Amino acid sequence: MKRVLAVVAGTVAGLAALLSYKSGPVRRANPLALGATPAQPGVTPGPAQPVTTAPPAAGGSGSQGQGSGGGGQPAPPAPPTTAAPSAAGGSQVVTGPDVPNQYGDVQVQLTLQGGKIIDVTPLQMPVDRSRSAYISQVAGPMLRTEVIQAQSANIDIISGATYTSQSYAQSVQAALDQARH
Amino acid sequence: MGMAVSIDIRDEAADAGRLAAAVGEVVDWLRWVDATFSTYDEASQVRRIDRAELTVGDAAPEVAEILALGERYRIDTGGYFDVRAGGPLDPSGVVKGWSVERASELLLAAGFPDHAVNAGGDVRLRGAPAPGRRWRVGVAHPHVRDGLAAVVQMGDGAVATSGTAERGPHVVDPHTGRPALELASVTVVGASLVAADAYATAALAMGLAALPWLDRLAGQEAYVVDAAGDSWWTAGFPLADPDGS
Repeated sequence: MKRVLAVVAGTVAGLAALLSYKSGPVRRANPLALGATPAQPGVTPGPAQPVTTAPPAAGGSGSQGQGSGGGGQPAPPAPPTTAAPSAAGGSQVVTGPDVPNQYGDVQVQLTLQGGKIIDVTPLQMPVDRSRSAYISQVAGPMLRTEVIQAQSANIDIISGATYTSQSYAQSVQAALDQARH
Repeated sequence: MGMAVSIDIRDEAADAGRLAAAVGEVVDWLRWVDATFSTYDEASQVRRIDRAELTVGDAAPEVAEILALGERYRIDTGGYFDVRAGGPLDPSGVVKGWSVERASELLLAAGFPDHAVNAGGDVRLRGAPAPGRRWRVGVAHPHVRDGLAAVVQMGDGAVATSGTAERGPHVVDPHTGRPALELASVTVVGASLVAADAYATAALAMGLAALPWLDRLAGQEAYVVDAAGDSWWTAGFPLADPDGS
């Protein structure tokens, strides 16, 4: 199953990062206790680390963090996957491919445990221009959240304010304003 | 309002070039939308109209389309959804769903019938995530970081969530001018993302009075988490089986 995740950031839009990844056979259901009241928080994956640097996420699964993909523009397909598993306390670290897009190269590292992604770390994010850096900061946390949450509850996508806390939105807006001047 | 849009295309065998071309087309579309409707870019048509430097008649025809949509939902929600509430013209609430609907149509036309487009937590789904499976959409919990309040399972359709965490604590009841704090988040599921987003936004502003109103909305299902953390949903809300099947 080829899965492409593109992220666009801006007032309504603007290109950020494009990467694709293979979503694998490992999809563990973490049953949500959906009750009447109060609704139970179904998932609280991993330590929700505040994200300062920006991990765009590449998903992946059990054995391979496979990725390929170009930018929304004529970016060449990504270099071949480099899967570099390393066992450490039952967890596995997988390095994704270096995926070029209009703003620079994106490469991430996944940490998996029990077949689930528990963290996404950026190895490379566009940083060379202010707008690229801004986009990295927006797209990274968003993608990281999407990947980790989606893994955790056997879900495909998230509706709601998962990455737009007010303080976050404010800093995003400040960055946007700066990027435009 | 800054926001990120993610495009998730499911295709077993698509070649990278065709995928990149389709995504590029969507990105170009969203950039045009941004340049036209941005409330932050002083050169956008919306800002120029607001300053009376440009008439709607002289603007891109999509501007009139958006304003008509805004007016329709203002009336439809008894004024709780208002693109002119609070001062300057701000059609963002309509533009977001509308532009995502168009993005989804572009992907369909490009030969990718199975996809999800997520604009700042408002989602348009089409087709299926995998053969024989329906989309599973997590509804972010307004009070629990990285937590989910519910999971929706569905095929084609839209899911919009409006919450105080997303829009800040300054969501105001346009009729009283007072902050609307009774509800923490409202999720609406329906056929159109424009409608779902407008209704979710309006319901948030209505507060607890939104519950019976949402119940009466034709063609829409809703899930609400109030400020105390209690939740409520309409009878037809497509809650997923918790076992993930």
